[in-house]
Amino acid sequence: MSFQPVHFYQTGTFTVGNRLLSAEERSVQANVERTNSLNSGHRACQGCGEALGARYAIDAAMNAARGRLIAANATGCLEVFSTPYPETSWQIPWIHSLFGNTAAIGTGIAAAIKIKRQKGQMDDVRVVAQGGDGGTTDIGFGCLSGMFERNDDVLYICYDNGGYMNTGVQRSSATPPAARTATTMPVGPEPGNNFGQGKFVPAIAMAHEIPYVATATVADLRDLEYKVTKAMGMRGARYIHILVPCPLGWGAASQDTIKLARLAKETGIFPVFEAENGDVTGVLKIRRPQPVEEYLKLQKRYAHLFGKKPAVETIARLQAAADKNIRKYGLLDQEAN
Amino acid sequence: MLKQTEGSHAVAEAVALCRPEVICAYPISPQTHIVEGLGEMVKAGEVANCEFINVESEFAAMSVAIGSSATGARTYTATASQGLLFMVEAVYNAAGLGLPIVMTVANRAIGAPINIWNDHSDSLSQRDCGWIQLFAETNQEALDLHIQAFKLAEEVSLPVMVCMDGFILTHAYERVDVPTQEQVDAFLPPYEPRQVLDPKEPVSIGAMVGPEAFSEVRYLAHAKQMQALERIPQLAEQFKTVFGRDSGGLTHSYLVDDADIVVVAMGSVLGTIKDTVDEMRQEGQRIGVLGITSYRPFPLDCVRAALQNAQRVVVLEKSLAVGIGGILSTDVRMAMSGLQLRGHTVVAGLGGRAITRKSLRGLFNKAISGELGHLTFLDLDWNVVNKQLERERTTRRSGPAAESMLRDIGVVAARIG
Repeated sequence: MSFQPVHFYQTGTFTVGNRLLSAEERSVQANVERTNSLNSGHRACQGCGEALGARYAIDAAMNAARGRLIAANATGCLEVFSTPYPETSWQIPWIHSLFGNTAAIGTGIAAAIKIKRQKGQMDDVRVVAQGGDGGTTDIGFGCLSGMFERNDDVLYICYDNGGYMNTGVQRSSATPPAARTATTMPVGPEPGNNFGQGKFVPAIAMAHEIPYVATATVADLRDLEYKVTKAMGMRGARYIHILVPCPLGWGAASQDTIKLARLAKETGIFPVFEAENGDVTGVLKIRRPQPVEEYLKLQKRYAHLFGKKPAVETIARLQAAADKNIRKYGLLDQEAN
Repeated sequence: MLKQTEGSHAVAEAVALCRPEVICAYPISPQTHIVEGLGEMVKAGEVANCEFINVESEFAAMSVAIGSSATGARTYTATASQGLLFMVEAVYNAAGLGLPIVMTVANRAIGAPINIWNDHSDSLSQRDCGWIQLFAETNQEALDLHIQAFKLAEEVSLPVMVCMDGFILTHAYERVDVPTQEQVDAFLPPYEPRQVLDPKEPVSIGAMVGPEAFSEVRYLAHAKQMQALERIPQLAEQFKTVFGRDSGGLTHSYLVDDADIVVVAMGSVLGTIKDTVDEMRQEGQRIGVLGITSYRPFPLDCVRAALQNAQRVVVLEKSLAVGIGGILSTDVRMAMSGLQLRGHTVVAGLGGRAITRKSLRGLFNKAISGELGHLTFLDLDWNVVNKQLERERTTRRSGPAAESMLRDIGVVAARIG
C-alpha cells in the first residue's frame, strides 16, 4: 500500500512538523505573520529558556489579541536583556516599572483600558504582565495576590528558572531543595538549598479561584501556545507559570535547555497542568517516566549530590517529592502504572 | 457653591470635578475620608467613566497609578505617613517615568513611635523624589490646589503631591466654595499624554539607562521642576480668572514688606501664626509671615525677595532632620545665602502637638529680644526628656524609651494640647 500514516512526533521530541499540518493547525510561531514581539538581537544567554518561553508566549498572546496587547515587565533578566537602550527587542507597547509591582502595573493598564474603551477612545486592548520567579513568587507576590483577588483582567506570566539569575544566581522561594545557588552553597552538613515547605505559586493562584491557571515548560511549546491562547480567550485574572531552564544558573549545557525542561516534566518534578476556577481540568501526562537522577545529573547546581559518595538520601527526598506530584496531579496513566 | 463640609470631602469633590479616570485607594488615617468619598461618588455613578480600585497596599496603589497613567488615564490616589513610606520605591518611579499622577498627602508623623497625628515628616522625607509638592494652608486652598495640580502635572509631565495637614485640615468642617463642573472644565483640559502605551504606536517605557545618559535624564527632571517654578504662579493667575480667588502660587506673604522679623512656615499653622502676628503688630512689633506653598520646586528667589529687608528669620517647621535640625530651614537658609540676617530653626507641632498662639508669642518675643537659639524645640517637656536620659545613663537595660517616657507622664488625656 502506498499510503503511510504521518507521525507527528519525531523520536524523543514533541516537536510538531508544521509542514505536515494544515495552515490553521500550525503553531503561531510557524506563521510568517507572527509578531516577533520579542525580536531577535536581544542579549539573552545562549540557550536561555526565558527568552524562548517569552517569545512563544507573547507572540501567542499577540495573535489571540489580534495585535492589540500591552506588556508590563518586572525587573530581571527578561527586562535587562531585551532593552539595552537605544535598542529594544519589544515590538509591542511595553513598560518596565519596578521589580515587585508588575501585577499592579498590569492592573493599572487594564483599568485605564476599561475607561478608555467606555469613552470610545480605545479599542479592546489586552494586558500581559510578566516576570521571573523572584519578581513573582517573592518580591512581587503581594501585588500578584491582590491582582488575583480582585480578578483584574490581566494575564500574568511567570518565567520560573528557580532563582535570581540576573543578580548572580541567588536563591528565591522557587529554588528547588538541594540546589546550589550563590546564597545556598554546597557546603556544610546539608549542602545546597534547604528543604522548606515549598511555595508552588500555581497552587496558590488556584486557591484564589481565578478563571485560569496553567503550568507549562519550554519543552512543549505547542502546549504553551495553546495555554496562552486559551488564557487570552478568557477575562479576569489568569496565571501561567512556565518552567524555563537557565544554563547559567543551573550549570547546564546550552543545548540541554529543552531536554531539561522535558525531564522536569517527565520525572514529575514539575507538574504540567491547567486549572479553571480553582479546579484542575487537565494534565500533561508523563510519556516516559524517568528517575529524578536523569534530570539532576545534567545540572552542576546538583553536582554535590553525585560526588564520590552520592547523597542517596537527598536524592530519595527529591524523588519522593516528584512521586508526590505524580500522585497529586495524576501525571501517570493507570496503565503505565 | 458655598457649603459647610469636611476638608477631606471638599478634596474628594474637587478631585471628582477633575474627571479622574482611575483612582487607587488604600486606607490610612488621616487620608481615608478622601478616598471613601470618592469611592462613594464613583459607585453612585456621580463620577462618570472612572475606575475606583481598592488595592492591597500603598505600594500597589502607586504601582496601579503608574500603569494607568502610562496608559493615558488621569490618575489619582491619596496617602499619608507610613503609607507614603511603603510606596516610596514606586513614588520615585512615577517621577522618574514622568507620569502626571496627583496624590493627596494628608500629612502625618512617621513612627516609631507610631503616631497618627499631624506633622510634615512624611512628605518632607520625599523631598528629593522628583514630585512637585504643594502645601495647602486652608481647606479652600486644598480644594483649589487639587484642580491646579492636575493641570500642572499634565503640563510638565511630573507627578504632584498636594499636602494638607492631617486632621487639622482633613477632618475640619469649614466653609468652602466648591466650583462648578463648567468652571473646572474651563480651567482643566482633557489629559493629553506625552507618552502612552498604545498598540498603534508601540513604545518601550522604563528601559535601563547607563552612565551615558543617566545624568541627562536626571537633569531633565530638574529642568521640568524649574519649568513648574514658572508655571505655578501663572496657573494661580489663570485660576483666579476662572474661579475668582487667590489660591496656590509659590508663596504667600503677609506683612513682610516692613518686617524686621519674618516667620516662615508651611500649611495650616500659618493661620495661627498670622493671628499671633496681628496681635504683635497691634503692639507695634514689625513682624511678618512667609508661607511656602510650593515646597518642591522650592522658590529660592521668592523667598529671598521676601526676606531681604528683614533682620531675622524664624523657620517654624513641623519636621525634624535628626542630627542637624530643620528640613525646611535648610532650604530657607539656601535662599538667604549672602543676606545678612539671623536665622532660627524652630521644630514645632511634631506628632500633633498643638502650636498655640501663647507659645508662638513667647517664641517670637524671644527671637525679637535676641534670646532665641539656632535650634529650638517648641514646648519641649525637658523634665520628661531629662528623666529618660538619666535613666539611660544609670541603667543598661533601661527598657523601651517611648513607653518609659509615657509612664513618666502618667495617665493623661492624649497630649495633643
